[in-house]
Amino acid sequence: MTTEFPLLTIIPLAPLIGAAYNALAGYKMQKRFGHAAVHYPAIIMPAISFLITLMAFFKLLSLPANERVLIATLWDWMPIGFLDAQFSFVMDQLTLVMCSVVTFVGTLIHIYSVGYMHEEPSYWRFFSYLNLFMFSMLVLVLGDNFVVMFVGWEGVGLCSYLLISFWYHEKKNAVAGMKAFVVNRVGDFGFVIGLMLLFWGMQGEWVDGKFADIEGSNLSTASEITHEMAAAKVASVTFRHVAERFENKEFKERFLNRKVFGISLITLIGIFLFVGAMGKSAQIPLYVWLPDAMAGPTPVSALIHAATMVTAGVYMVARLHFIFALDPFLMSWVTFVGALTALFAASIGFFQYDIKKVLAYSTVSQLGFMFIAVGVGAYWVGIFHLMTHAFFKACLFLGSGSVIMGCHHEQDMRKMGGLKKYMPITATTYLVACWAIAGFPFAAGFYSKDEILWKAFSSGNLLFPGGGIFIWVMGAVAALGTAFYMYRSYYMTFTGEYRGGGGHHEDHHADHGHYGHAHTPHESPNNMTYVLAILGFLSVVGGFLGLPHLWHLPNLLHHWLEPVFEGSVNYITAAHFPHIMEWILMGLSVFLATAGWLVARWLYLDNKNPLPAKILASKNQLVRKVHDVVSNKYYVDELYDATIIKGVMQFRLLCDWCDRKIVDALVNLVGTVGKVVGFFHGRVDSGVVDGAVNGTGWMVVSGGAILSLIQNGKIRSYIYITVVAMFGLILINYIKF
Amino acid sequence: MATIGAVHFLILAAAMFCLGLYCLMGRRNAIGLLMGIELIVNAANINFATFAHYRGGEVDGYIFSLFGIVLAAIGVTIALAIVFALYRNFNKNIEVDEVSILRG
Amino acid sequence: MAFTVMFYCAALFTLYGAAMVAFSKNIIYSAFSLLISFIGVVVIYALLDADFLAIAQLVLYVGGILVLILFAIMLTNKISNASSSNPSRSQFLSFVTVLVIFVGLFFTIIKAPWQVSAGTQELGPITDSIGDALLTKYLLPFEIVSVLLLVGLIGAVVIARKENIEKAGNTNLSATSEQGRSL
Repeated sequence: MTTEFPLLTIIPLAPLIGAAYNALAGYKMQKRFGHAAVHYPAIIMPAISFLITLMAFFKLLSLPANERVLIATLWDWMPIGFLDAQFSFVMDQLTLVMCSVVTFVGTLIHIYSVGYMHEEPSYWRFFSYLNLFMFSMLVLVLGDNFVVMFVGWEGVGLCSYLLISFWYHEKKNAVAGMKAFVVNRVGDFGFVIGLMLLFWGMQGEWVDGKFADIEGSNLSTASEITHEMAAAKVASVTFRHVAERFENKEFKERFLNRKVFGISLITLIGIFLFVGAMGKSAQIPLYVWLPDAMAGPTPVSALIHAATMVTAGVYMVARLHFIFALDPFLMSWVTFVGALTALFAASIGFFQYDIKKVLAYSTVSQLGFMFIAVGVGAYWVGIFHLMTHAFFKACLFLGSGSVIMGCHHEQDMRKMGGLKKYMPITATTYLVACWAIAGFPFAAGFYSKDEILWKAFSSGNLLFPGGGIFIWVMGAVAALGTAFYMYRSYYMTFTGEYRGGGGHHEDHHADHGHYGHAHTPHESPNNMTYVLAILGFLSVVGGFLGLPHLWHLPNLLHHWLEPVFEGSVNYITAAHFPHIMEWILMGLSVFLATAGWLVARWLYLDNKNPLPAKILASKNQLVRKVHDVVSNKYYVDELYDATIIKGVMQFRLLCDWCDRKIVDALVNLVGTVGKVVGFFHGRVDSGVVDGAVNGTGWMVVSGGAILSLIQNGKIRSYIYITVVAMFGLILINYIKF
Repeated sequence: MATIGAVHFLILAAAMFCLGLYCLMGRRNAIGLLMGIELIVNAANINFATFAHYRGGEVDGYIFSLFGIVLAAIGVTIALAIVFALYRNFNKNIEVDEVSILRG
Repeated sequence: MAFTVMFYCAALFTLYGAAMVAFSKNIIYSAFSLLISFIGVVVIYALLDADFLAIAQLVLYVGGILVLILFAIMLTNKISNASSSNPSRSQFLSFVTVLVIFVGLFFTIIKAPWQVSAGTQELGPITDSIGDALLTKYLLPFEIVSVLLLVGLIGAVVIARKENIEKAGNTNLSATSEQGRSL
């Protein structure tokens, strides 16, 4: 079934080597040989990973469809109790898609960073972190079992933290990094609990003093369980093997029927695992860190917070499809959270002025779409959207980075405008990517988003009233919003007159050593625009991998991923609708996207329409309130501040009070008691004990004075005494006989 | 002349011990005394080895002999150091009868 | 038979050496007789199947201790008056005492019911079994002995070095010993 492919190890290893090189030698190399010595190794290493991924792809192609699993086992890692975790990597169809996206987009973004981070003094540190991130991400997607995946999971969290607070001299950035880290911890905590519950569930169970192993057979008492038996029951935590065991009816039933606090074990596992996905993939309510994470350098936002790391949650749910598909409640929950996030984040995007914040909320919203897909059991669609999203969102982020650099580190869209004239390539690629994300026909986003909405609409697994239709409406409204705010950002940035370059701008950024033409925006260097062009191109053609079945064209991606998800195929049900329904929905979503686009065009083209300004200045109470609430992101951050953070702070004060009033008092009491006891003890000591000690001393002195008569300093006399004693012993011996 | 048994070795050891003891009792030179002690330790080691050999099967006795050798080596080292100290501090005299300031 | 001959030769050797140590008037003779005695013991060990002990005896006693003793003799005695360098005192009394003890021991040994194993078990070369035992059953004593060796080494250095006395400005303790006696 599986094929050994040792080269897999190189995929994560190469970026690790790059990271180590730059971490250890980067500073010196940068000083001596300039930037090239830093960025060439840093770019080549992910490129090597990409090449090996390609090799693995061809290797997979040469195998029959249901045996396309390559593994590389490094070492036995944790044989703990009944569980056995090996440090091994696996490459199947799903991993291959993820791996290609990560290495390809990653390599491009490395190249882009050469231009973007050009002025950065600690250039080497940046590339070291980026490579380390690539390593962790690749470990995450290549990990053969839960434990290895968790290592990558934590690794990307760490790298995200390091890169968000890359410019840690500014407090804002450091705080954003910490926020991301702490919120991710909440998610990871859930993830760990989920894993532990799963591992725990995979063990046997004590029933009436007998040990039942998980397959329900082999009842034996504790004393009968020998070491060898335990060794024979060792359970692999590899995804494949766990999935296989879930196909066993007994095994599955046990998970479904075993109750913990009245909740079925499988539901509990899924909920906790999904909490992990929420944290990593920025879903409600743990999405708050992602917009703040935009404090990091823009290539980081593109790589980590758009294309790769934030999709880890989607990947995880797709990878563990055999768990999530088991319980309709879980599926409904994942879908609902995804839909809610998609809608919610899209609405926040309406009133943001920071170009990167707009993209951040759009990312949160698109991740919501992906979760809708994996929630309703259309795993390949989720992965498809993940891939197309990686292309167009990376393109958008890198485009925004180009704009920010062109405008001398200005991120406020109100201070941009008219940039099409100055940076044509950036403008064109940005427009193409907007086209893709808004879901207009023939761009990548169209295929994936429509497929998601259709799958949601036709899903038969959802438990809440209205089912798929309800989700479809939420998704469609979110898609409308997406089209609106994306085109809003495009028109505000690239059309009209350039509004930047005022006096304020000058003294604020006087310390940024600008090169070239000072106060007019400028196009970015070639290595950046080429990357934009490639990603823009892929934003269009990337969609051809998953053409709708409706069009009777080959759907490559679905076909490719089918064997991975076949284990859960039986659980997924779909309501049957006529084809015409699908056509209608497709037309409807295109219509909505066009509507969003037209509204944005009407309001923001060339900044001529006075309506937006009028709305902002409106005295109408209702309008004001709505605007305030939405532009302040529904006060979620404030809510968290007021509840959780304040709660923790109050708890801290309570602890402090307890410490001072209760613990200290106890300590003082103990001290006082000790003092009193010590006083009496001192009396006893000086009277009784000292007397005894002195008496003993006197006895020793006088005894010694008597005994010292024997010690006459003559060795011979000592020997005589010894000999006489010895002779005595011999005589005693004779007397005894 | 019977076959050689444990008793023969033990008597040899006893003789050696007695000669060592004579050394210890008669000698006035500190180094002479030391040589007597060495003879005694050797006699003891022979006893250990004899018992180990004639009880058979176990190696413990040999090990004790080995420890005996090591302890004798330590003893000699310290004793010679003491002899040097005596030599230096008592007017180049290492006759033990003259050195009795540690008496009670 | 060869065993018997070997035993008597070795015993003769050993006892001759030991007797010379005990009775010689010259301390250098005594030291060299000690060498003879030790070599005799080496043969005795070999007869007792204790190959490792024999080698250890040879290396440690003959190669180490004896050389140390010879050095000590050279350093503390003038070779010129070596002839009377190993004086004895009250020889007669000592001889009688030792003889009595020997007779006592002799009869004890003869009479004691020694539990000698019936079948002579051949251990073969004992070096590897000694090594085994040292690192398993006797590991702790082994380590303690090594610490003891270190302590002995340091102790010897501390005792034998000079400076302490010089600091006190008094190189001759006999004077103080006289004082001590008069107290």
